[in-house]
Amino acid sequence: MKAKHQRLILAAVALCGVGGAGVLAASALRDEAAYFRTPAEVQAGKTEVGEAMRLGGMVAAGSIRHQPDGVTIRFVATDGKASIPVEYKGIVPDLFAENSGMVADGRMRADGIFVADRILAKHDERYMPPQMGDMPKAMKAAPKA
Amino acid sequence: MIAELGLALLWMAAALACLSLVAGSLYLRNGKSDLAALVRPASVAQGVLTAAAFAMLIALFVRSDMSVELVARNSHSLKPMLFKVAGAWGNHEGSMLLWLTILGLSGALVAIFEKRLREDTLVATLAAQAALSLGFFAFLLFSSNPFKRLPIAPPDGQGLNPLLQDPGLAFHPPTLYVGYVGLSVAFSFAVGALITREIGPAFARAMRPWVLGSWIFLTLGITAGSYWAYYELGWGGWWFWDPVENVSLIPWLAGAALLHSVSVTATRNALRAWTVMLAVVAFSMSMVGTFIVRSGLLTSVHSFAVDPERGTFLLALMAIYIGGALTLFALRASSVAEGKKFALLSREGSLVINNLLLTTILALVLLGTLYPIVAEAMGEKISVGPPYYNKVAGPLALILCLVMVAGPLLAWRKDDGRKLWSRLPAAILAGSAVLFGLILFGGKVGVLPLLGMTVAGIVAVASLAPLWGRNLRRTPLPTWGMVIAHFGVAVALAGMAAESAFIKERLVAAAPGETVTVDDFTVKFVGVRPIAGPNYTAVEGTLIATTPSGHSFTLRPEARTFPGLMGGAPTETNEAALLTRPGGQLYAVLGQPVTGADGRAARYQLRLWWKPLVWWIWLGGALIAIGAALSLLGRAQLLTLWRSHRARKAEGRYA
Repeated sequence: MKAKHQRLILAAVALCGVGGAGVLAASALRDEAAYFRTPAEVQAGKTEVGEAMRLGGMVAAGSIRHQPDGVTIRFVATDGKASIPVEYKGIVPDLFAENSGMVADGRMRADGIFVADRILAKHDERYMPPQMGDMPKAMKAAPKA
Repeated sequence: MIAELGLALLWMAAALACLSLVAGSLYLRNGKSDLAALVRPASVAQGVLTAAAFAMLIALFVRSDMSVELVARNSHSLKPMLFKVAGAWGNHEGSMLLWLTILGLSGALVAIFEKRLREDTLVATLAAQAALSLGFFAFLLFSSNPFKRLPIAPPDGQGLNPLLQDPGLAFHPPTLYVGYVGLSVAFSFAVGALITREIGPAFARAMRPWVLGSWIFLTLGITAGSYWAYYELGWGGWWFWDPVENVSLIPWLAGAALLHSVSVTATRNALRAWTVMLAVVAFSMSMVGTFIVRSGLLTSVHSFAVDPERGTFLLALMAIYIGGALTLFALRASSVAEGKKFALLSREGSLVINNLLLTTILALVLLGTLYPIVAEAMGEKISVGPPYYNKVAGPLALILCLVMVAGPLLAWRKDDGRKLWSRLPAAILAGSAVLFGLILFGGKVGVLPLLGMTVAGIVAVASLAPLWGRNLRRTPLPTWGMVIAHFGVAVALAGMAAESAFIKERLVAAAPGETVTVDDFTVKFVGVRPIAGPNYTAVEGTLIATTPSGHSFTLRPEARTFPGLMGGAPTETNEAALLTRPGGQLYAVLGQPVTGADGRAARYQLRLWWKPLVWWIWLGGALIAIGAALSLLGRAQLLTLWRSHRARKAEGRYA
């Protein structure tokens, strides 16, 4: 086998590999990338039940309810235009509070409740999930350090 | 005075970098060798001066000189000394100065120790290193001066983010930085070799210790960072595919590819253009990683607040370096002479596949990290999380591990596969034993963890195969290094797969005195008590975990509150408690109090995990680093030097 042929074969293998990886990546991105939605977008029907997504909004005043089991909480996420009830089982992050911003990973349930797997709260002014940067200033009612 | 001295040292170092660059370029253009003689001493002096400037900054933090803006913003006089020192690099300006210090010191080390390269290639390499430094000097001096004084000194500083006040984290960023910046030397070697067209085994041997060294630091940094995230964040995970984790993983992948391809170039003088290309890519990825996070394009826990102007400066700098190096590569690649030929079934062939897989994984991780930026530019807000990465990187990593089984058992140039076939059955036996054991007794296990554990079994046995039938005392150190590093991969893989397959979790609200069971453990929640630390107060829970065999262990998770300094809001962190057992770790987090009917805290949220074999992940990481270090020792031939030194001494005694 000549060196040139060998290079050609290697190049072909590499090309197939890269092509295959591209297809793999594209399909994985289509299936697994989660959209960031605001409550108004959810209400407008932009998401389907059971689809993995990120919900960003403010925790409505007076809406946090602890369930009797002690570990489940319910609250309402709002963006001023629409409100979505959220249920979360777990230990909420330290800065999670009413009237402050939060981002939740999870999915909509058929009964219209958003079930969160993970909740992120605004950590301090140095860290914020990028999507929250665009929310109206008033919603970022976070403590200034 | 210290601050002014530091600034003056920085300007002098920048001037020396300028001198190295100009003198080096003139020499390469006109061949004036009197100028070339300047480059080595200038590089050494630049490194020393930059390090001295960094020492000045540390001194300012140690003395808590609040008239310096950086100290006032990031330190506090009551902080423990370790965090005062670590505060020097726990911020944007200080970390940039650290970056420059390592850049300068690596240049100095090359200037002092590199003897194997041709003089012109070495000068070109040092000039390239100086050019890299110069850009970052410009950035530091014009837009991020760490020594800036405040017009009026505040009474005390603002403190350091409580999450970052952890001994492990004090050393985590410098470790990663040494790794990132060590790759800059590989970059400069590649640029130097492209300029003088000296691409061959000598260049590869000069570059190899740097690649190995940086990769050791990257491995240690990533392993330690993963452990930090695991116990400090209190989320129980060891890898979140957070952008910042990804940007440390990407240079690591590039470094792994590079250290394999560089050994092909060093031993067989093949894959020459590819090795040069990878050297450029590896440091480019370090820069992209560090500065995309810094520029504020991607936000994450680790990013420092940076104004957009600085971000643009960094992006422009990066574009110049990466663009310049790639242009040079494109101009010279066609003139890089063709390397030595090899058959597809050979050590080289397997390393080519290794490189293809590593770079593919790299590309996919990079794609997932950058995709949200691209999507946002097109008006869609998207987050790419663990499911994507597990789906794309998982299968490829498993295939990579299988290639790792074969590679070391193949001969260079051409192989008949006999050695491979004779040693494979034991490995396959081990793999199938794991597989059947899991299917019979493991219960319901996901496909990826199942394959992961099987492959780990195969790799664990096969990685030792190169040692079979060898005189162990005469086996060269690099071979030992390879065997240990590959074995470490198997250990880490087994840990990852076992943890994700068999993890047990309990989340309860428990009253004092209540018991909770998680896996085989009976955990009694004794109660809570308030405690005070040096700069925080905390609620400490006491848990007594009992194993089936009757041994009891106490765990004390804490919920800490750091007072807000300078009128800020208090910050809370959860300190998890860990119980390490041979079979895994019990991980306990104390959550919030749950108020009862009378309004008093009657119960506390408790989150308990049993994580089988989880510590194997970091053990594997440490083994990989140890393996690489042995390989480096062997390559640097320190042992040979030491032995000949001893031999000479012995001769002297008898003479």
